[in-house]
Amino acid sequence: MIRALDRKVLRDLWRLKGQVLSIALVIASGVALLVMSLSTYEALSITSSAYYERYNYGNVFATVKRAPRTLQDRIRMLDGVQTTELRISMQAVLDVEDFPEPLMGRVVSIPEGRQPSLNQLALTSGRFVEAGRPNEVVVNRSFANAHGLRPGDTLTAVINGKRRGLKIVGVAASPEFIYVLSPFALMPDKKRYGILWMGQEALEAAFDYDGAFNDLSLTVRRGTDTRKTILELDALLAPYGGTGAVDRKDHLSNWFVQNELAQNRASARVLPTIFFLVAAFLTNTALTRLIATERNEIGLMKAFGYSNREVGLHYARFVVAIAVLGIVIGWVLGAVLGRMSTDSYAINLNFPMLIYRPSPFAFVIGALVSLSISLLATARAVRKAAALPPVVAMNPPAPPQFRSGSALTRSLIGWLDEPSRIIVRQLSRWPGRAIVTSAGFGGAVAMMVLSMYFTDVIDELATVHFNEVQREDLALGFNEPQSSVVLNEVARLPGVLSVEPLRVVAADLVSGYRAHRGTLHGVARDAALTQIFDVRRGAVTVPGHGVVMTRQLARKLDLTVGQEVEVRILEGRRPVARLPVVGVYESYIGMFAYVDIRALNRLLLERPMTQYVNTSIDEASTAELLRELKELPAVSAVALKSVASRNFHETIGETLMIFVGFFGAFAFSLGFGVTYNAQRIALSERGRELSTLRVLGFSRGEAAYILLGETTLLACLSLPFGCVLGYVLTGVFINAGGFQTELMRVPLLIEPSTYGVAVTVLLAACAVSCLVTKRWIDRLDLVAVLKTRE
Amino acid sequence: MTKVEPVTAVEPSVTLSARGLTKVYRTGEIAVTALDHVDLDLYSGEMVVLLGASGSGKSTLLNIMGGLDAPTEGRVYFHDTDITGSDERGLTAYRRDYVGFVFQFYNLISSLTARENVALVTEIAADPMDPVEALRVVGLEERIDHFPAQLSGGEQQRVAIARAIAKRPAVLLCDEPTGALDSKTGVIVLEAIERVNRELGTTTAIITHNSVTAAMADRVIYLGDGRITRIERNSRRRPAAELEW
Repeated sequence: MIRALDRKVLRDLWRLKGQVLSIALVIASGVALLVMSLSTYEALSITSSAYYERYNYGNVFATVKRAPRTLQDRIRMLDGVQTTELRISMQAVLDVEDFPEPLMGRVVSIPEGRQPSLNQLALTSGRFVEAGRPNEVVVNRSFANAHGLRPGDTLTAVINGKRRGLKIVGVAASPEFIYVLSPFALMPDKKRYGILWMGQEALEAAFDYDGAFNDLSLTVRRGTDTRKTILELDALLAPYGGTGAVDRKDHLSNWFVQNELAQNRASARVLPTIFFLVAAFLTNTALTRLIATERNEIGLMKAFGYSNREVGLHYARFVVAIAVLGIVIGWVLGAVLGRMSTDSYAINLNFPMLIYRPSPFAFVIGALVSLSISLLATARAVRKAAALPPVVAMNPPAPPQFRSGSALTRSLIGWLDEPSRIIVRQLSRWPGRAIVTSAGFGGAVAMMVLSMYFTDVIDELATVHFNEVQREDLALGFNEPQSSVVLNEVARLPGVLSVEPLRVVAADLVSGYRAHRGTLHGVARDAALTQIFDVRRGAVTVPGHGVVMTRQLARKLDLTVGQEVEVRILEGRRPVARLPVVGVYESYIGMFAYVDIRALNRLLLERPMTQYVNTSIDEASTAELLRELKELPAVSAVALKSVASRNFHETIGETLMIFVGFFGAFAFSLGFGVTYNAQRIALSERGRELSTLRVLGFSRGEAAYILLGETTLLACLSLPFGCVLGYVLTGVFINAGGFQTELMRVPLLIEPSTYGVAVTVLLAACAVSCLVTKRWIDRLDLVAVLKTRE
Repeated sequence: MTKVEPVTAVEPSVTLSARGLTKVYRTGEIAVTALDHVDLDLYSGEMVVLLGASGSGKSTLLNIMGGLDAPTEGRVYFHDTDITGSDERGLTAYRRDYVGFVFQFYNLISSLTARENVALVTEIAADPMDPVEALRVVGLEERIDHFPAQLSGGEQQRVAIARAIAKRPAVLLCDEPTGALDSKTGVIVLEAIERVNRELGTTTAIITHNSVTAAMADRVIYLGDGRITRIERNSRRRPAAELEW
């Protein structure tokens, strides 16, 4: 049997269903976002860990120029080393039938007929390569899917300068190549970068690496300090052209995975908070209003002998009911969205498995946070209701006191018509309420700005990268540095207008006890195709002596212009030199250091050499050029900028539109919820005023103006605040969300149009709310309202 | 509704007339007949008091004649125009231009001062009085800048009267204007209404169940069970100041 008071809670909920639902939806959005982000984070984290574990993802990776396999015993002797895997891993140009451009790829050796001991393959179809069949190959799944390749199909690869027809026998994923990035690319391009696993004997023969390797990975025993392992390994590999070992956390693929995880964790922290705060405001105003309209009932309850506690609990139950409704909707929505988001990651990242078992943690946290915030926000109103003495409660509340205000405000509202004066006086009478509504609406604007910010920043990154930094049309790469003569050869290819050398060598940059393991780029002094671009000041030239580096690198090494940096080149004769820092520039991506290519070659004690050639080409001859390039044996990498740029926009654009649409919908519902609540509360308080205006001969529209005008005015006033809040929030988000890292420094740059769109969308939300409320106003029963006691 | 030119015929011209007015309220299964084929004429400049018990139909009659409600059957003519055929917009214009309402509860806008409450109407009326003038008619010229919360009940009701008459309405409809007031204050309010009727010549109808009020009217109309049971004409209108209850 339901108690009468509980029945009253249910009836109140039903009576105020519009408001209840709008608040519940705001709570639900917060809970859903929290559950979604946290469960995606959990699923990604668990799945990648399980993936790494099951397929023996290495802990440390290193490349050398060439080393004998006999070195394996000495590597195994290193402290903490558990398992080692020696491989041949080389860049290659691929040619897939019916695809116009040459593609890039990497060939990696695996033992014939079995899994390698580390970085194992998750075979999704077919089988491993077999001994004695040197042309068999296993292809990575994303590349195979992008080209519709299946076991039995063939493709051509230029391996060590020779074109070879290869037969696909298997398709596989690998924990080592969750993200694959070609040497020139900003973004993974599944179509244009493939991983080919080939038999070890086959590759040894192809590269003339009999009994040798150039790539190794190893696992260490639990508790081993990999920094020490890396130091020992570097010393061991240095004579063989070791370019410096890296830890798993810096391994490119895993770095991207961890970055995704960090972004999800940041989403879980920042975004739901906004919703919970707004929900807190909304429940507070709704409950305060409910209690105000129920003074009589409160008096009656007390007169019948209900205690303060029972009355307080009654209203607390109302709040809990709304929160629980929101929590349940949020749970379901969050679980569905979490599953969807995890699935899309799994598909995108080609996980061979997916563990989506959201722990109760995300759900419990979501519920606890929203419940306690709702209760806290309404505690005062509930206490006030409980403490109301019955005699006072049964009398109508004292009428609101208005004052004319100061001479200034009087003259300010002097020129307003009476309906507008009503609006202004209402606002100044309840400034707290006005602030709460504005703040909530501003929060929604801020949320919209934040979600749209990502389109701005991607645009900026792409513009800088493709228009300013990579000014070439086509880049070519070679597995080995080539004599500069190659420049002339490339220049003679059809359609090539100009050529420029680029040399990239592995290097440690050291300053005192600070060090950075990376690369040193050698560019032509008058380079027009590779530009060192300062995002604030524009192009920077490289003087004949000294190093120009990104601000992030300078900061990491604690260097300023004029100081010296120690450069330890990890290739060739491994020279060490102290070079002056002659320039520091602002960049969005990477930790780059540039020197004049002639200086670099001198440092290496080599004749003019280049490893990459940047070219500008005549677009009309592109097809012919690409055909020629497919036949050119020495080239191991080809990248067309137009293609890279298109891929970047396509890949990012799609995900981004979903993201923006998704958060746009949340922001819209937030803005709607705030306005609708404010209007319904105002309507319940001021139905009498509206009816009076109608009786006096005001039209429906004119009467509605005093109410809708008030919320619309508040919404408009909150717009600048919302934009500023959006800016601040975006700053918080990119700092918390793994966007400010060594590899990337995302600028806090918001286009005016973003504010414009955010403002427009939220005004639309306000307009929709006005339309809905207007229908309620139109339905006001004039006579009934006016004949009841105030 | 199209605007109606006031008829300037020789008296007694009819300002408002109802013919066969019937109003049936339906709530679920039950139908309640609030008005049952009522015919009534209100003459220009006269003061009428409608008397009757609760539920006799007097408020329903006034609401329909004032354009707040629509009849189930029958017609209401304002001068020669049928207002029962008007749509929402037409009724709004009718109320805006020709009708002044006073209710038992004053229904003032609490965020506007006395003067501003009156100005609310004068801003949208065709030929309004000055708000201060309207407040002077009801004797509140001293309190024009007070907010409702700073006024007594009687003062608030007089602001409501000033607001109703400031547009120079053709008819002033008062529904229990003294219902919430003590007798002394009630008399002051009735005096204000009387003065409006006398000085501005506004056709005035007052609903009350206080039979004493009947003495100040030209005609007294008795209602019962949704019908007019009786109409009395007073030979002499007693000044409101002489009333006592």
